[in-house]
Amino acid sequence: MRISQLTLTDFRSYAQAQLTLQPGPNVLLGFNGVGKTNIAEAIGYLSTLSSHRVSQDGPLVRHGEQQAFIRADAHRGTRQALLEVEINPGRSNRARINRGNPVRATDVLGILRTVLFAPEDLELIKGSPTVRRRLLDDLAVQLRPVLGRVRLDYEKVLKQRNALLKSIRHQGFTATHESTLAVWDHQLAEAGSHLLKARLQMLSALRPHVATAYEQLSGSVRTARVKYLSSLDGEAPGARDSSADAPGPADPPDADDLSTALPDPGAADVASLDVSALESFSREDLAALMVQRLSAVRREERDRAITLVGPHRDDIAFTLDEVPVKGFASHGETWSFALALRLAAYRVMVDDDPSEGAQPVLILDDVFAELDARRRRRLAELAAEAEQLIVTAAVDDDVPASLMHNALRVESVDQISQVTVHERD
Amino acid sequence: MYEGAVQDLIDELGRLPGIGPKSAQRVAFHILEADGEDMKRLADAITTVKEKVKFCAICFNVSEENTCRICQDSRRDPSLLCVVEESKDVMAIERTRSFRGKYHVLGGSINPIAGIGPDQLHIRELLSRLSDDTITEVIVATDPNLEGEATATYLYRMLGSIGIKLTRLASGLPVGGDLEYADDVTLGRAFEGRTVMS
Ligand SMILES: Nc1ncnc2c1ncn2[C@@H]1O[C@H](COP(=O)(O)OP(=O)(O)OP(=O)(O)O)[C@@H](O)[C@H]1O
Ligand SMILES: [Mg+2]
Ligand SMILES: [Zn+2]
Repeated sequence: MRISQLTLTDFRSYAQAQLTLQPGPNVLLGFNGVGKTNIAEAIGYLSTLSSHRVSQDGPLVRHGEQQAFIRADAHRGTRQALLEVEINPGRSNRARINRGNPVRATDVLGILRTVLFAPEDLELIKGSPTVRRRLLDDLAVQLRPVLGRVRLDYEKVLKQRNALLKSIRHQGFTATHESTLAVWDHQLAEAGSHLLKARLQMLSALRPHVATAYEQLSGSVRTARVKYLSSLDGEAPGARDSSADAPGPADPPDADDLSTALPDPGAADVASLDVSALESFSREDLAALMVQRLSAVRREERDRAITLVGPHRDDIAFTLDEVPVKGFASHGETWSFALALRLAAYRVMVDDDPSEGAQPVLILDDVFAELDARRRRRLAELAAEAEQLIVTAAVDDDVPASLMHNALRVESVDQISQVTVHERD
Repeated sequence: MYEGAVQDLIDELGRLPGIGPKSAQRVAFHILEADGEDMKRLADAITTVKEKVKFCAICFNVSEENTCRICQDSRRDPSLLCVVEESKDVMAIERTRSFRGKYHVLGGSINPIAGIGPDQLHIRELLSRLSDDTITEVIVATDPNLEGEATATYLYRMLGSIGIKLTRLASGLPVGGDLEYADDVTLGRAFEGRTVMS
């Protein structure tokens, strides 16, 4: 997959800019703040309808303007599509495909596939569990856009259920509350199990690639590992609340307690499942297990008025062999691990659709500056496998010479960004 | 903030569903500038509707009398009951002419964020309507969104044990949507293809 022409109108620091991108490596060079990442962001947006830097669309529109446009000629093998997205903060975005009638922006999802690595990805390691969950969810949605709906549903159900828990705390617990809660348990388990199943599938698909990519990048003998920490596992850290001021959860119920707490006889066999092997569970088993875990934490949920079990409480552990990356790995190692996660996502997408020309566009924003010479060289070799690669760097010399093919110079003139073809001297 | 009466009007309009602060302001100024007679008619229509129109004592559909026309209509099949969220859903289903039974309007859906639980809906009245053997099938036609689904699941759990055939409007309805906005053909088809819940 590749983009040949990219046109930005009132996007970030660009008033109107058109650039030609080549198959293979493209390098965007320029001083800090001239608008290199803005281009990476625009391409990513065209593929996922979200920015890797901001959660709202407002900042994407150039100061003083009402809307922004991103337009690109996307190629997949011999097929070509002209994609246009109109960003209207506060209102619904629109899209056009091949100059057709405007359609909902979400209709462009799934057409252009990209994988973007950016300095923000250090948060994958250092940041909160939200960032790690998002890695899996975003990947799942890129592969199967319908999961976007499941994700939204889950968030809505969660809000409803938390509102119910709040009113229970407020009004005292009644029989009606119990039966209404049971309904939301069911809804939460339905949406939650679909989401969880998708995440677990993503994680097992990523696992071998994370190990290989880390090994290839670093030459390290230590193996990069990923492990899902589920709130369905009563023993897992994800199921516990780590904040110091919160009352600690009661002792984990033993097997007897669990079986008496079963909501209905149909779920009885769940008690015999090995929770540490979640990845092998069917979607139905996950739903049943979730209902069971919810009833096991009923009292604590009522006290705290929040939902304590479900994919929104989960996390992913990253380790080198058995040692956690967070808190132990060096800066370069941490950076390499985050990079390995994105490269693994790239390969999962290639596995998902191995057909000619379906490879995602690989975007590496500001990645080389943080790596030693050996890792730069190794990354350049790895990244060369992409049909199209887009690299940004503030210092020309940071980019390995083997990637210096289509070098574009980004400059800022009167606070408006411009791109020119860079003549090498 | 505007002065007394104008601000009062904006506040009242802003309380209506689907009207945010900006639209409330726009409507208020429209009313201010509009023809006095026109606005008097609007005010009268509101007063009359509040005085004359009430809810049917049996099904809670809007009605000018104590019981609505559908409930009074002896040609309609008393063994079939369609449960909907709002009166406007009754209108939507009536337009399809696919259904010849009677209705029960819940008055909303289970929505904890909005403070609506089963006790705020006409569920108790539904149960008492089902207490004799007249009704043999209940069709749950709540909206195909999360709150509608939750309400359907709740009813299913409540009614599952009392031995009445329970069906849910079939798919084909746009998920996440409002029953009211489904076109007649889709809604008609959904009626034909309803699925058994119990
Ligand atoms: N909505 C906007 N309207 C106008 N200018 C904007 C907008 N959003 C960001 N900018 C400008 O874009 C510039 C940042 O661009 P970008 O992040 O692409 O820089 P960069 O070239 O990647 O820099 P670095 O090398 O530091 O990463 C800033 O000068 C910022 O003021
Ligand atoms: Mg940058
Ligand atoms: Zn009636």
